[in-house]
Amino acid sequence: MIRFQNVTKFYPTSARAALADASVEIEKGEFVFIVGQSGSGKSTFLRLVLKEEKPNEGAIWVAGKELSRLSHWKVPHLRRQIGTVFQDFLLLPNKTVRENVAFALEVIGKPRHTIAKVVPEVLDLVGLAGKEDRMPNELSGGEQQRVAIARAFVNRPMILLADEPTGNLDPSTSVGIMRLLDRINRTGTTVVMATHDSHIVDSMRRRVIELDNGHVTRDQSRGVYGYAR
Amino acid sequence: MRLRFILSETWLGLTRNVSMLIALILTVTISLAMLGGALLASKQISTMKDFWFDKIQVSVFLSKGVTQPERDAISSELNQLPQVKHVYYESQAQACARFKQQFKDVKALIDSTPCSALPESYRVQLKDPQKYLVVSSAVQNMPGVDEVQGRSKALERFFKLLNRGQRTALVVAIIALGAAVLLILNTVRMSALSRRRETRIMRLVGASDVYIQGPFVLEGAIAGLIGGILGCVGVAIVKIVLIDGGVRAMFGNVVNYVGWGAVASIAPILLVVGVLLAGLTSLLTLQRYLRV
Repeated sequence: MIRFQNVTKFYPTSARAALADASVEIEKGEFVFIVGQSGSGKSTFLRLVLKEEKPNEGAIWVAGKELSRLSHWKVPHLRRQIGTVFQDFLLLPNKTVRENVAFALEVIGKPRHTIAKVVPEVLDLVGLAGKEDRMPNELSGGEQQRVAIARAFVNRPMILLADEPTGNLDPSTSVGIMRLLDRINRTGTTVVMATHDSHIVDSMRRRVIELDNGHVTRDQSRGVYGYAR
Repeated sequence: MRLRFILSETWLGLTRNVSMLIALILTVTISLAMLGGALLASKQISTMKDFWFDKIQVSVFLSKGVTQPERDAISSELNQLPQVKHVYYESQAQACARFKQQFKDVKALIDSTPCSALPESYRVQLKDPQKYLVVSSAVQNMPGVDEVQGRSKALERFFKLLNRGQRTALVVAIIALGAAVLLILNTVRMSALSRRRETRIMRLVGASDVYIQGPFVLEGAIAGLIGGILGCVGVAIVKIVLIDGGVRAMFGNVVNYVGWGAVASIAPILLVVGVLLAGLTSLLTLQRYLRV
């Protein structure tokens, strides 16, 4: 589903590689944690998958396509197969819960009746039934992240990328979010989650890819956050 | 769905910052009205040129005691000038006949003017009537030449006025267009920044460029279109006030004036310039602020 082959990424502002000779293969339906300190290359990894950045060296395959061969105008189609969730939720403050989720479908030209059908379904899935007409600022952090997950998942993507989705949440709320991501994973969606929350990684016992200064230093199925802990 | 979404986003964008929008529209209006004014002036000039240029001749009047060698010298001098198209000789008898024809309603004038008082002349038709001075200075001081007459002074002033008006309007139009471009740049940038979150989400969920950039470009194009329409109104006002009211009052009906047909032919130019200017500027600005 996602394959990195000797990928190196430099940013123009830094002499050090954000990702150095990284080779990773993630199968369809996997749940993978990408761990490492801030600046270790986790976000760069996710941005490369989305083709928000181009690698300086190496090749990346996502959903069977080699990204460097993907023309500019096909990038939107790639992204429709990938859902994304962020630490800061990235909701639209002046739209209701329902409108926030519907927005993701409107902007890719989905017909109105489809939107009317699938938005309640996905809100039900993430546990927000009954809160469709709330505004984001009326919701707790955990609920806001559920809206974001609903928006990422509403188009039934093959891959869900989550960049520190529990970073702004307290531990008990985080558990709920992880359960939700787990449930989404069980539908067959590949989930890639960047985090430095060791408790979550340790409790989930899923595959762990550790990055350190851009290098892949560990790739362990059913891993924990770090050896030292 | 597609169109409805883009239109509603465009509407939101237009109403988000009304004062900026008004400033933008007014700048576009002024610049396009100026551009239209300049175009109108040039149309007026060419209308007048068409009207006058086949009529305009330079008349070289010969003095009373002119001799045949002097006539020949003048004639060959005129004929060898490259600016000259034709030279006709008008004898005293022909001049007399024309004079009688021209003033046949004014009996007293004809009676009081003996044919001998009318000078013989060379009538010179020019390839380019604006080169009149070259001809006049070439023969002015030759023996046998009494006087050289070109276009009337009033006509000269009229051309000068129109030329100056056209140039001024063009300069103002260019400055105002520059200001309009800068304003559009600024408006689109602010608009793009205020919608950064929306556009980031749109990119992430895989919206195409039409969806992301469409509303911004349409916003610019609509402002350009409104500016263009108001600019056309401006040109109509210029025609009514300056040409019909000003120039015609000053010079009377000695020349042809541009009609509404000229205004109508300028209008589409202004609309296209307005829409393209604003739309393209928006699009180019977006390449910087909404990079995918």
